[in-house]
Amino acid sequence: MAKKHLIWNERCECMPDSKKKELQLERLKLLVSRVYDKVAPYKTKMDAAGIAPKDIKKLEDISKLPFNTKEDLAANYPFGMFAVPMKKIIRIHSSTGTTGKPKVAGYTKNDIKMWADVMARTLTCGNTTKNDVVQNAYGYGLFTGGLGVHYGVEKIGATVVPISVGNTKRQILVMKDFGVTKMCCTPSYCLFLSEALREAGLEPGRDIKLNTAFLGAEPWTRELREQVEKNISIDAIDIYGLTEVIGPGVSSECMEKVGLHIFDDNFYPEVVDPETQQPLPMGEKGELVFTTLTKEAFPVVRYRTRDITRLIPEKCACGRTHIRMERLTGRTDDMLIIRGVNVYPSQIESVIVQIPGLEPHYQILVDRQGAMDMLEVWIEVSPGIFTDNIKGLEKLEKKIRGEMESVLGIGVKLKLVEPKAIQRSEGKAQRIIDRRTVYDK
Amino acid sequence: MVKQISVFLENKYGRMAEATEAIGEAGVNIRALSVADTSDFGILRCIVNDTEKALKVLREKGFTASATPVVAAEAPDEPGGLARLLKIPRDNNVNVEYLYAFVTKSRDNAVVILRVDEYEKLISLLEKGGVKVLTEQEAVSL
Repeated sequence: MAKKHLIWNERCECMPDSKKKELQLERLKLLVSRVYDKVAPYKTKMDAAGIAPKDIKKLEDISKLPFNTKEDLAANYPFGMFAVPMKKIIRIHSSTGTTGKPKVAGYTKNDIKMWADVMARTLTCGNTTKNDVVQNAYGYGLFTGGLGVHYGVEKIGATVVPISVGNTKRQILVMKDFGVTKMCCTPSYCLFLSEALREAGLEPGRDIKLNTAFLGAEPWTRELREQVEKNISIDAIDIYGLTEVIGPGVSSECMEKVGLHIFDDNFYPEVVDPETQQPLPMGEKGELVFTTLTKEAFPVVRYRTRDITRLIPEKCACGRTHIRMERLTGRTDDMLIIRGVNVYPSQIESVIVQIPGLEPHYQILVDRQGAMDMLEVWIEVSPGIFTDNIKGLEKLEKKIRGEMESVLGIGVKLKLVEPKAIQRSEGKAQRIIDRRTVYDK
Repeated sequence: MVKQISVFLENKYGRMAEATEAIGEAGVNIRALSVADTSDFGILRCIVNDTEKALKVLREKGFTASATPVVAAEAPDEPGGLARLLKIPRDNNVNVEYLYAFVTKSRDNAVVILRVDEYEKLISLLEKGGVKVLTEQEAVSL
């Protein structure tokens, strides 16, 4: 049986390739001139590389432009990469950076409109209409997930339930009593919730009307999808985004569930070899790089996402012409995604080195207990911090934990261990042990 | 003042045995011992007959160990003996962080080990109160 495919913005989503390429080139030219004129770090880099805006004559010329990375954002923290004056900016979001400082994104009125449009496209990929009730369990606040989804639901005219994260009992109550049909949250939380629903004896179709979940903010496996879909008889749709590009709404699976459609009239994708930094032939696996073609406040040019995937140029049965990316298969850096939150080991180290007497002998353990991620940090007790009273050590433990939680924004279990308890391989400690399976093998 | 050895121990199978084994193999005798623990870790506290040597071997074996000044005092080995001794720090606002006590073959009195911040003050208060405070020499040769 053919699947049902609703499309939100047919003009953009089903645009013929040749027309789209024209549009992309036109937008790219404008973007490059604009960042060259308005954003000092771009001018500096482009001048150093000997490239001017007039050198962009065809789409392929994009590969002449220098890359940008999270390190560039850190160096220009907080607003140094913005292309408009602050009076034009109507909202700020942020996500964790590699050190104590977050990555900051600004949005103009038009950016928020465009974001709502790509989120409406995302939600319509899972056949959301104005008759749906959407439970939004992404975090509201500086994190882009909550408000990103929220504006998309409102744009469609569906009913948004802005419940935000946590409190599973209340999530279940709302889902049941409000007749929720669509859910937005992280895949691991959806699995957790699906198990809680079963334990509560709630029958899909009878007690709950949920039919689709939009799951993002962390990678997940095929097995997890099968489990969620089976547990509560729903379609689980993979959605993708990152703060630097816009937030959620960069790409989304349609009901075919074969790759995620990139909204490439706004976000131009490339896949490059992370070592040589050269563009890879279409369809080869490498690091995903984005250029935002239409963003006003905080445009990025050739931003390296560190996510590994490949592009799928073949046409999709849903009718969209948006190019697809495969589900993520890994990262080119050491970033961990824990309960949907980005965690860099360097953030953890930055807390440890600030504590007098503490030596940077630590290990990060990530595991999944049931459906939930657990982050544990082991720190060796060096003579510099050892005190023979329990209260003193517990106070220290609490202090380190408190500072880590404030930097990372998620709960941490801290464990003090004996010196040399942490394995050293070839003189270098193995810092991260991730026991989860988050990517497809 | 008497020096006590304090050793950090993870709550891990066999760790206590390994620490005491290290001390024993060095020919050092443990005179008194106490363990404090939480769910994750513990602290082994002991008085030995050669503090420096015990510290050295423990550190060589990779333990975090330190010497902590404590007060060793005698309390009559009879009902109420310890309570009478503890009245002295209480009445004088000296906070006792922890203590442990033991009886020995060679003495009629029990020995109490007390950890306080102001150990000099406690020693002089105890002595004024008629309590026998042990010297380091006396404590290690118990």
